[in-house]
Amino acid sequence: MELSSILQPGARAPEFALKTTPDQKLALSDFRGKPVVLAFYPADWSPVCSDQMAVYSQIIDEFRRHGAQLLGISCDGVWCHLAFARDRKLAFPLLSDFEPKGDVARSYGCYDDAAGVCGRALFVIDGAGKVAWSYLAPVGINPGADGILAALEDLSESSSRPRPQQGDRS
Amino acid sequence: MSTLKPSLGPRDHLRGELSRPIHLVEFGDFECPFCGQAQIVVHALERALGDQLCVGFRNFPIVGAHPHAQLAAEAAEAAGAQGRYWQMHELLFENQHALEIPHLDLYAEQVGLDMRRFAADLDDHRHLEKIRSDLHSGAISGVAGTPTFFINGIRHEGPFDFDSLLAAMTLAARFPRAG
Repeated sequence: MELSSILQPGARAPEFALKTTPDQKLALSDFRGKPVVLAFYPADWSPVCSDQMAVYSQIIDEFRRHGAQLLGISCDGVWCHLAFARDRKLAFPLLSDFEPKGDVARSYGCYDDAAGVCGRALFVIDGAGKVAWSYLAPVGINPGADGILAALEDLSESSSRPRPQQGDRS
Repeated sequence: MSTLKPSLGPRDHLRGELSRPIHLVEFGDFECPFCGQAQIVVHALERALGDQLCVGFRNFPIVGAHPHAQLAAEAAEAAGAQGRYWQMHELLFENQHALEIPHLDLYAEQVGLDMRRFAADLDDHRHLEKIRSDLHSGAISGVAGTPTFFINGIRHEGPFDFDSLLAAMTLAARFPRAG
């Protein structure tokens, strides 16, 4: 998995529908019309992932300010996700790329075959379903949210040029 | 590369003057045990670097993990409003296991605050805006958990033990500050 292998800006974001609870699925197309942030991460409970998701949850209003929906994605099962999200009081859905394992991560070019987990890749997808920004963090490095927020800022600016938006939905 | 936005300035809580060549900024949470450990390291770095170092602290309470962290941050800011920020900051980190309101009142008395003003500040959340502004700064600067350190405006990657931070700071001192 190399930096150049993940989907780059301009690419069409592959559609998916993944379980977020034992009986509920979320699809990328459910959010059509608003920006979506996909945060692929290796594993629930691991120290770096826990910090990353806890920070995103704490600053969830920064995403909402841009009308964006944040989705966390790993190969963990839904029951694991539920326990993790409850323990860390996460304010956004975690999707389970569990079966076929890593299929969605593979379609975004961020599946780590050697480790059998999602790479720590971030994607900002615009309201039309195109990748606006992407980033693959080096192993063990927590990327924070600065890159995501800068990309969302750029999206807000470019979309407000022809047709100014009065306040974002949250 | 993640950089500090906005740069360290007079609105921040500082130990040392802004004119000093090395700026160390910590985004921290009073209930976070790793931040508690980092206090020892930061004090040791201050002893080692003396008047070369200016230390700043911004709030990044992660309330999902640490339910008392936000009120503790408000208590520190309330002490700051009465000119006793660092005394309260130290007490909070020394007593991370005891951050309920009666404890905060006790620490406020210990540092000699006007208790009516302190209680009113907490009741009315008068310093919440400062904490939100610190959180926003952390979000756009790439804070990746607590503690996150910035050395001369650049996010410190890797461990935050004494040797790692000192090495990064020694290197940073050779270049102009990024923020």
